[in-house]
Amino acid sequence: MKLSDVLVRCLVEEKVEVVFGYPGAAVLAVYESLRSSSLHHVLVRQEQAAVHSASGYARTTGKVGVCIATSGPGATNLITGIATAYMDSIPVIIITGQVKSSLIGRDVFQEVDITGATEPFIKHSYLVKSAKDFPRILKEAFYIATTGRPGPVLIDLPMDIQEEQIEYHYPKEVKIRGYKPTIEGHVGQIKKIAKLLEHSKKPLVCVGGGVVLGNASKELQEFIEKSDIPVVHTLMGTGALPTASEYNFGMIGIHGYKQSNWALKHADTILFIGARIADRAVANTGIFNENAHIIHIDIDPAEIGKITSATIPIVGDAKIILKGLSSIIKQIDTAEWRGRIADKKEVKEEIHPSGAVNPKLVVRKLSEMLNDDAIVAADVGQNQFWTMRNVEIKGNRKLICSGGFGTMGYSLPAAIGASIGNRDKQVVSILGDGSFQMSMFELGTLMQEEVKPIIILFNNSGLGLVRELQRRTELKEHGVALKGSPDFAAIARAYGITARTILDEKDVEGALSEALTSNKPYFLEFIVNDKESTL
Amino acid sequence: MKKHVLSVLVENHSGVLSRISGLFSRRGYNIDSLSVGETEDSSVSRMTIVVDADESTLEQIKKQLNKLIDVIKIVELREDTSIYRELALIKIATDKSTRAEIIEIANIFRAHIVDVAKESLVIEATGDQGKINALTSMLEPYGIKEIIRTGLTALQRGEKELKN
Repeated sequence: MKLSDVLVRCLVEEKVEVVFGYPGAAVLAVYESLRSSSLHHVLVRQEQAAVHSASGYARTTGKVGVCIATSGPGATNLITGIATAYMDSIPVIIITGQVKSSLIGRDVFQEVDITGATEPFIKHSYLVKSAKDFPRILKEAFYIATTGRPGPVLIDLPMDIQEEQIEYHYPKEVKIRGYKPTIEGHVGQIKKIAKLLEHSKKPLVCVGGGVVLGNASKELQEFIEKSDIPVVHTLMGTGALPTASEYNFGMIGIHGYKQSNWALKHADTILFIGARIADRAVANTGIFNENAHIIHIDIDPAEIGKITSATIPIVGDAKIILKGLSSIIKQIDTAEWRGRIADKKEVKEEIHPSGAVNPKLVVRKLSEMLNDDAIVAADVGQNQFWTMRNVEIKGNRKLICSGGFGTMGYSLPAAIGASIGNRDKQVVSILGDGSFQMSMFELGTLMQEEVKPIIILFNNSGLGLVRELQRRTELKEHGVALKGSPDFAAIARAYGITARTILDEKDVEGALSEALTSNKPYFLEFIVNDKESTL
Repeated sequence: MKKHVLSVLVENHSGVLSRISGLFSRRGYNIDSLSVGETEDSSVSRMTIVVDADESTLEQIKKQLNKLIDVIKIVELREDTSIYRELALIKIATDKSTRAEIIEIANIFRAHIVDVAKESLVIEATGDQGKINALTSMLEPYGIKEIIRTGLTALQRGEKELKN
């Protein structure tokens, strides 16, 4: 069997249904094999979007996202997408075409060392040197991408090898001697954690993206309800606990809440679960109470002790460890402590400049109207925090954004990927006029795929988050005004998408309702004042 | 900061060296030397990496190395329980008047003369870094033309083996 046929058959074996890609000379054989297969190929408009779409697909279906691109510029265009997936630990498999094996290293047309280029921000990569190795490599790639701390894996496949004939076989198992992730948490450590928490007066749980990725929300909820420990979360931990939970005190960090940051500062024991404790969440670990005990659960041993040393470290899967903890933890008297955190909640009066739409209100209205299994993809910038802070997490709602890498232009392709994987669900892409213009061309993919996400564009005529930073410091505003932007609604209409521009707050509800009930893709542009603040 | 010797078993295929050296440079770890060669199992290479790091950085280095799929095993080889060796080739300027003295110095250090020419000779020396340093400082006055050192390589003493 031709190797490119083997590739497609192995993908089917891995239950892959969709591949996101962009063809080129170095993947012609692969595309020929795709043509006659059951796999659905999504033609993106630029390779970076293929990875973002695969990421949105993976995060909302629990499956692996698969992308294909050609050699050279096709491969290098993937790079930002790969780094984005890597920072947020998203399982994505990337297959790139490569020039003929015999020409590698000669700087021939569209040749680039993509395994070398992606090395710093990829979980693992392969350059296939022999056709017979390929099935093993693919099996390993799926295993590596999805187990332990998930992440992107790239396979670079030279053109001549794609054409080689091998006998079809797909290994059932993998054996990688250098890769054995620890899943079960150490029982002794679990007991120690329970004991330490039970002896604490002001215990706090801080959850990160690991709980969401590890599908451990149910286990977290059980543990919290049994122990009565209050919870805060990082940006990526949004969604681990329902917003309305009496234990959930909200997001920490520079864009978080006063009460959650206060709790982090005053807790005597902090249990971090699947959180990297990176600078946006905890600007400086010096803020912790100096006598505070730190307990750190993570599936990646390298995250433990990287930023702060832990009194009790434990490596393993959040779901399994939380289950273990729930089975032994006793109820802790935290009523007073929780009361004190609640007291710090700010009832901040929002100063909202008149004459434009309040984006926070739009998101809150949207949140009231969305189904319980809706998917919302935020972009990066002010729109991200307007979204993350104002969409209520309940039921099976999913909120996704580019957290660790902060990649502008993520939301639209991610929402398209999510829509393809969830054709029966409401999908909303929220973005700003800056981020929209980084992925605007993906409206073509959206139309070609006949998916129906709702696009909400907050147009504040500039790069709001950067502008706010410049205004807040002694810096002067520079390079942040987006002049010369087109009529965005007209652009959407040019693609055949129904679009509306909303200038007045009283039209918000009607517009959202119209979009949500339309059963077709819908573009809503809200005109926002450039003085509108992030928080 | 203290020097630590890490012995690392890795998959013996192309790209591994770049993954490891890249990891050190991008995370800002100080690497003193790195030597690598095939082991008794030809599918496995063994690297000896000398790093300059405090305890917590060393811990991170080990964890980050372990995170690489191609890394099979890491042990720290401590000075008191290991043999540290380095090989040096030293090309030194000589003439009739100094040749005998230089050979005498080489003999004291149990080093070998491996090449002789009219105005130079090459000394091959093995030993721990202290010995190589002492030898080079003795030879300096004669004029070292070239020196090449392999970097440290190390093995645990006794019956213990580093196996994958």
